[in-house]
Amino acid sequence: MSALSTDLVKVLQRSELGWLLAILRDRGYTVVGPTIRDAAIVLDEIASVEDLPIGMTAEEGPGGYRLLPRSDDAVFGFGVGPSTAKRWLLPTSRILWRTRLIDGTLTVLPEVAEAKPVALFGIRACDLQAVDILDRVCAGGCYADSHYVAVRERLFTVAVDCADPPSTCFCTSMGGSPAAESGFDIRLTEIAGPPHRFLVDPGSEAGSAIVDALQAALASEEDLAARASQAGQASQRITKRLDCRGLREILERNAENRTWDEAATRCFACGSCTMVCPTCFCSTTKMSSSMLTGESECERQWDSCFSEQFSFIHGGSVRESTMSRYRQWVTHKLAAWHEQFGVSGCVGCGRCIAWCPAGIDITEVASTIRRSDVAAKRPTVGKEH
Amino acid sequence: MKPRLLPKLAVWKFASCDGCQLSLLNCEDELLAVTSAVEIAYFPEASSNRGAGPFDISLVEGSITTPDERDRIQAVRRRSKVLVAIGACACSGGIQALRNFGSDVELARSVYPNPELLSILETSTPISDHVTVDLELRGCPVSKVQLIEALQALLDGRKPTFENCSVCEECKRGGTTCLLVSKRMPCLGPVTVAGCGALCPAFGRGCYGCFGPKESPNMDAMTSSLRNVGLSDADIVRMFRGINANTPAMANAAKDVR
Repeated sequence: MSALSTDLVKVLQRSELGWLLAILRDRGYTVVGPTIRDAAIVLDEIASVEDLPIGMTAEEGPGGYRLLPRSDDAVFGFGVGPSTAKRWLLPTSRILWRTRLIDGTLTVLPEVAEAKPVALFGIRACDLQAVDILDRVCAGGCYADSHYVAVRERLFTVAVDCADPPSTCFCTSMGGSPAAESGFDIRLTEIAGPPHRFLVDPGSEAGSAIVDALQAALASEEDLAARASQAGQASQRITKRLDCRGLREILERNAENRTWDEAATRCFACGSCTMVCPTCFCSTTKMSSSMLTGESECERQWDSCFSEQFSFIHGGSVRESTMSRYRQWVTHKLAAWHEQFGVSGCVGCGRCIAWCPAGIDITEVASTIRRSDVAAKRPTVGKEH
Repeated sequence: MKPRLLPKLAVWKFASCDGCQLSLLNCEDELLAVTSAVEIAYFPEASSNRGAGPFDISLVEGSITTPDERDRIQAVRRRSKVLVAIGACACSGGIQALRNFGSDVELARSVYPNPELLSILETSTPISDHVTVDLELRGCPVSKVQLIEALQALLDGRKPTFENCSVCEECKRGGTTCLLVSKRMPCLGPVTVAGCGALCPAFGRGCYGCFGPKESPNMDAMTSSLRNVGLSDADIVRMFRGINANTPAMANAAKDVR
């Protein structure tokens, strides 16, 4: 859903940004937003505007992330960090059910997980696109994940336009843009000014109700022009590309391409890319029993196609080599995902590039495979006669 | 009515620091549950009651470094239905296996005034080099969670659920930011097997690989990453020649650095 109408866009001065946070907290939302922890901007619960990474940014490159001070006091002057919305939608681990012997009968006790209302404050357009993809995976079809659905229904999103995307970003190749265009409850645009201000744009009824409660002034023509020009500039800053034309078919017919082997010489099969990916949703279930409680439990936990156990079926692992695991991840993300869910599994956030300890760049691998496409080299069949 | 016979548990020590046995005593909450689920039949660190065996479960700590230990582990194996090697020493030879890469005679001379009184083997080796090991618990020390899970699984007659993914996955699940990427801090997480809960990185310290290499560890890539964060080749060799120096992956990688 796009913004209802530009005449509903309001403007908050920098000193008034806390109002929005306060209203969300008043309405019972746990507010999750960007904050500095250790040497990175991560997502975590925030209590006030002071918890946001004011005046900070991060330089990102393949296998590298460096937190740096900015020359201004921008509140959202950085790109995406290692955390994603999926931590709140699909918790890293969750007990699904327990069993206990009650009067000699094995009794299954279903675990009903609490679905607290969460407001994601400062979520980026790529991550909204990722939530849309997770919706297809976890809430679509006949096997919806009831916990996901419960959290998702209560989720409130305050999107922020990316003004300063890092060099690892390629959302513009994946149907996205640094400015949030849809899928949010409220869209914020930070304008450095002067005056330093935020345009507040409702994208849903729930968002409108909150924006109305702000009792903020209407945005001027000048504000809207500044927003449009900033969005254009941010798009131009994104220079990394993933050429998606025919990519699905190219990947499918290049299972034996040597590029996979080359990538595997650098790949640790550590699973970092899948953990930081906003759409990787795989999980495993672990059964355990406890001598303390006498109960057994079934726990669901994030899993990765890079582990040997992931593809372990009777007799062994289907994907023993690192090459086969890396190829599985990329071809699922960029090709098979279309078939399964009707979209690509990649939103171009660039996290897998920045947080790969080996600095492997998925866009480079895809483009190398395109350049060495087996079909392109083969003589055209049927012309020999 | 006859009292229920509990499985007999024995805890053995070879060349080691006792830290892994202490992990069992440190189990606090679970310790009482363990003592009511098994009969502690031999555990000199905890009890003066020294049973003769046979034992249902033997936990073996430490590596084999002397002729006496080499004989004794055979006796332990003969008297144990299930033998579990606990800790890096028992699983890979431990830090004392560093002497496998030098001359034990010179080392002994530099430490002891009368080295001729020593009776030692040339190398420090894991328990599995000498007898059949049914289960290995990695780590320096072992993880309390894995130790309890192993005992629970053995008592239930099922396989323990140990992950064999990388430490990186545990860091990410735990919300710990990658130290290698964000701080350029040397870390063996990408080649080390999970199980510790990414304890060191969670406290801002790179993984030193005490759980040992994961399956198919990419040691060449690890060497490149460590060079990229500014480590000298000598420092890289020192990282690989740590707690699990004697594992084939670490030993070969250290050799290849030069």
